[in-house]
Amino acid sequence: MSDRAPALIRVRGLSHTYEPGAGEPVPALRGVDLDVHRGECIALIGGNGSGKSTLAKHLNALLLPTAGEVIVDGLDTRDRDAVWAVRQRVGMIFEHPDDQLIAAVVEEDVAFGCENLGLPPTEIRSRVDEALRTVGLEALRRRPPHLLSGGQKQRVAIAGVLAMRPRCLVLDEATSMLDPAGQREVMETVLRLRDEGLALVLITHSMEEAALADRVVVLAGGTVALSGTPSDVFARDDVLRRLRLEAPPIVALARGLAAAGVPLPPGLLTAPQLADAVAAAYRRGRGGA
Amino acid sequence: MDFLRGLMLGQYVPAESPVHRLDPRTKILGTMWLVGVLFATRSLAGLVVLTAFLGGVLAAGRIAPAYAVRGLRPVFWLVGIAVVFQVLFGDSGGHVLFRRGPLVVTRENLAAGAFYGYRLILLVAATTVMTFTTSSVELTDGLERLLRPFRRVGVPAHELALMMTIALRFIPTLFEETETIMKAQMARGAEFARGSLVARARALIPLLVPLFVGAFRRADALALAMEARGYRGGEHRTRMKELRVAVRDYVAAGMLLVVAAIVLLPPSVWRAVAGR
Repeated sequence: MSDRAPALIRVRGLSHTYEPGAGEPVPALRGVDLDVHRGECIALIGGNGSGKSTLAKHLNALLLPTAGEVIVDGLDTRDRDAVWAVRQRVGMIFEHPDDQLIAAVVEEDVAFGCENLGLPPTEIRSRVDEALRTVGLEALRRRPPHLLSGGQKQRVAIAGVLAMRPRCLVLDEATSMLDPAGQREVMETVLRLRDEGLALVLITHSMEEAALADRVVVLAGGTVALSGTPSDVFARDDVLRRLRLEAPPIVALARGLAAAGVPLPPGLLTAPQLADAVAAAYRRGRGGA
Repeated sequence: MDFLRGLMLGQYVPAESPVHRLDPRTKILGTMWLVGVLFATRSLAGLVVLTAFLGGVLAAGRIAPAYAVRGLRPVFWLVGIAVVFQVLFGDSGGHVLFRRGPLVVTRENLAAGAFYGYRLILLVAATTVMTFTTSSVELTDGLERLLRPFRRVGVPAHELALMMTIALRFIPTLFEETETIMKAQMARGAEFARGSLVARARALIPLLVPLFVGAFRRADALALAMEARGYRGGEHRTRMKELRVAVRDYVAAGMLLVVAAIVLLPPSVWRAVAGR
């Protein structure tokens, strides 16, 4: 027994090679190690082709390892009998809001996952009601999905996963097709879920979103290039630039201000943090003068 | 294009009514029963009775008659063509009303044309009443349950129902996509509404190709999303909504039997009943 609680998801030496019908096999992941703990929020960033989505699909057994292993809540994803239990524990939200809603009515769609679990109808009904309440869409339960906004569609998809009572939610660029209002809507929803103890894996191109995570993991060429708290990772400008990634504008702005002589503490990630720090620095400056 | 929206025939009208609350199986079987009766009847009186019955169902379903008639409008063309064919190419002989060259209009053919045309309208009206008062989800559930006994002889009831659900879910999405592609092509100078028939058909190719490619991409993504949510076919699956036959379903079935009896039993039987 280790002194720390075992990770919810344990990825060890994970490699994945796509075997296309014709041509050379394409290695997408090469020996990735990753732990996802209960209630933790991890942002997975990296350029196109870095293996982010491939890694995501390993977390709920949509893909199986070429080498290495993925253990979810003690279940090995390679175990054929465990696949359904793994998919119940780790839910996935995909990029295109339109391509993941199955039913012609919101509440029917939310029920889809539970129906697959074979739960009794009354149990499904109460879980669906609860999930719709959690994402704040009770009022739209009878709507057809195509009349909803992008942000609302993603929240329906989240409700559908929540109704299955997962331990971890994987969002594979779930906000990239949305307008800013929709992005905020979805992020607020999932961050609230994190506060309730759900583990989150955010795969994102948005550095602002990554800044909200507990831990940022940078993938490059199928391996983990960097891993640490957002402020640690964003401080590694050299590595980020080599991978054609950029720290969020707030981090860059804070760095610029610091370079220009404004006394700011390190590790500022969000606009409110920076604003407070600048105000404090200004007050200190005036008080000192 | 907005004309695509106008095409949606017999759309569900959400309302609280006894007809809406009927079990979808009752409505599906009832509609099939009515269509059968409609084809079996030979008398005008039968059609009048069925019209009155459908009118009653519409009223009970809180559907405005004007709305129902508007829903039937596209059918009127079809009916008109059917009547014209019957009048022009029906049996020769009978009482001639009008004659010019090879064109002969007889009273019998005119009456028969009107009868068949009206029957066609009632046929569509009966099915429209069902779709007005039954949501697509209920229809799918009802069909799945009705087909379930035939699974043993290889009817994939669950798969058919799921296909229907997904089709219904994606029809509006694909319409939207069609609109987007059309606008994109029109912005680049494509013409969809002008030119000869051949030119117009050819103009559809740059519309259909991206539409199909998009549909396949969507199908792929949807399959992945379904798998991620633990879908593994109809086995082990339960449903949130269970269909239950209630007293009102028996009442509806009784009414359907009475209507069929009124329409189909020969007048002599009714005279005998009345005479007693």
